[in-house]
Amino acid sequence: MSDSTVSHARQRRRRAMLWSFAFILLLSIVLPLGYALAQSGGQGVQQQQRQQMQQQQRFGQERATNPRSDMWRDAREGQGGFTTQTGPYVTNTMISNTGETWRQFRMGPLITYGGYLLIGALVLVALVFTFVGRIKLSHGRAGMTIQRWKPFERFLHWFTAISFILLAITGLSLLFGRSVLIPLMGHQAFAAYADVGKVVHNYIGPAFSIAVLLMIVLWVKHNIPNKTDLKWFAAGGGIFGKSHPSAGKFNGGEKVWFWVGIVIFGTAVGVSGFLLNFPLFGQTRADMALYQVIHAVTSLLWIGFFFGHAYIGTLGTEGALEGMTTGRVDVNWAKQHHDLWLEQELAKGVKPLPAESASASAGAVPPVGQPSH
Amino acid sequence: MARMKFLCDAERCIECQACVTACKSEHEVPWGVNRRRVIVMDDGVPGEKSVSVACMHCSDAPCAAVCPVDCFYTTADGIVLHDKDLCIGCGYCFYACPFGAPQYPQQSAFGVRGKMDKCTFCAGGPEEAHSEAEYVKYGSNRIAEGKLPLCAEMCSTKALLAGDGDVVSDIYRQRVMRRGGRPQTWGWQAAYGNA
Repeated sequence: MSDSTVSHARQRRRRAMLWSFAFILLLSIVLPLGYALAQSGGQGVQQQQRQQMQQQQRFGQERATNPRSDMWRDAREGQGGFTTQTGPYVTNTMISNTGETWRQFRMGPLITYGGYLLIGALVLVALVFTFVGRIKLSHGRAGMTIQRWKPFERFLHWFTAISFILLAITGLSLLFGRSVLIPLMGHQAFAAYADVGKVVHNYIGPAFSIAVLLMIVLWVKHNIPNKTDLKWFAAGGGIFGKSHPSAGKFNGGEKVWFWVGIVIFGTAVGVSGFLLNFPLFGQTRADMALYQVIHAVTSLLWIGFFFGHAYIGTLGTEGALEGMTTGRVDVNWAKQHHDLWLEQELAKGVKPLPAESASASAGAVPPVGQPSH
Repeated sequence: MARMKFLCDAERCIECQACVTACKSEHEVPWGVNRRRVIVMDDGVPGEKSVSVACMHCSDAPCAAVCPVDCFYTTADGIVLHDKDLCIGCGYCFYACPFGAPQYPQQSAFGVRGKMDKCTFCAGGPEEAHSEAEYVKYGSNRIAEGKLPLCAEMCSTKALLAGDGDVVSDIYRQRVMRRGGRPQTWGWQAAYGNA
């Protein structure tokens, strides 16, 4: 036998196999369909379905449920009744079910995964510090400084920073205090602390939200995303790898912190917090539980994100913190981290000043432990 | 040990609000705070039913589960009580409770809550029984005197029952057996016979 006859036979076998598969597939569609059509007596399948539904409806109407059991079913499902009693916390519902759902969420996933999230964020920061370490000034200090933050911007930053930390500590105490602090402090001491903490949280919250709103208005113009940010992310933000990607006044990472942290989380936390703080707009228990969930989830994410922001601004980057404390940064730091912004400033005619005279003129003491080359 | 329970017989409750008044009077409950309330379903419609609702003293109380300062405790009789000295007025127990039992006196502007107040099953609180402090914070302590909650004790139709859960359910079971499917209204048999 020649090779060509073998391949011909194989081809024929394959073709027969394909055709029989197609035939089986066709039959599996046609046979049940034909059966259904035959059963319906020539009527369309849709028409038959409609008839069946009508029959089912008639069946339901003939055997209507006891109206009294309907009433109790409604009550069980949370439908309201009538009550003559009045008061800010008097409700006309016999049984509200949302509370139990909220309880399950708060005492279960929220506390469990919220705890993991915060621990995870801290571990991540520790790992970055251990394995990547501090981003040093690659060319040392120039000894010349340039203004990066105006006094009002610095005030706003530190006002939100301090109130954020106070809000985070008091808020986390309310969520985790029972499992973490009560075993350490005892019930009485923790209740006294939580009582003060609640007042602090409720009074600082609105002021913090206004400051966050001001920040958004003040810094949004520097935070419009552009192509430079993509290149910045591609280069790992200068944290991973040796390169120093270009950046304007705000780099890609800072823009993410601005849009996700301040704008999205800030708005969600601020609005939900406002509604929780002032139960004066007819909020129901279900509404309050929902706001609490939004408030807690976004706050936890925000706190986790904040660990990263705080690390990069202090331990993670040499020469970054002084920008926010004194308002001025070293020119070499600006060249390394925000080169486009430095070019803009220099083009505007801003003259860098020697570090000593600048700090003297700003009336600020140079930060302790910062070597002045 | 007894397991204390409330039960409101909807076939007997006539929506007279006496339980509400008795509770307010007995414990000097402040204005705007209602430890007990009567809820009418299908009000004004044939077949309307009313039920007196207060704290149900749950076995697995949601209020106690969510309390950030852990101020709730269950007595040996199964009564859920709380310590007002620990309460911070956060409102969480109100969100969690299915029965709307937790109440708060409003102390100041902006809806700031005072310390939570709720039905104590007339069992006072953690203070010394019959002390002035207990009365001011939680109202009178009838359980310590060997009496049952006043709301149920003075219910004119004995719709509201309070006491040991076994006894309460026995009474209710006997009622259901006796009345069958019919309402247990006075004069029902004279009007409609035994049919």
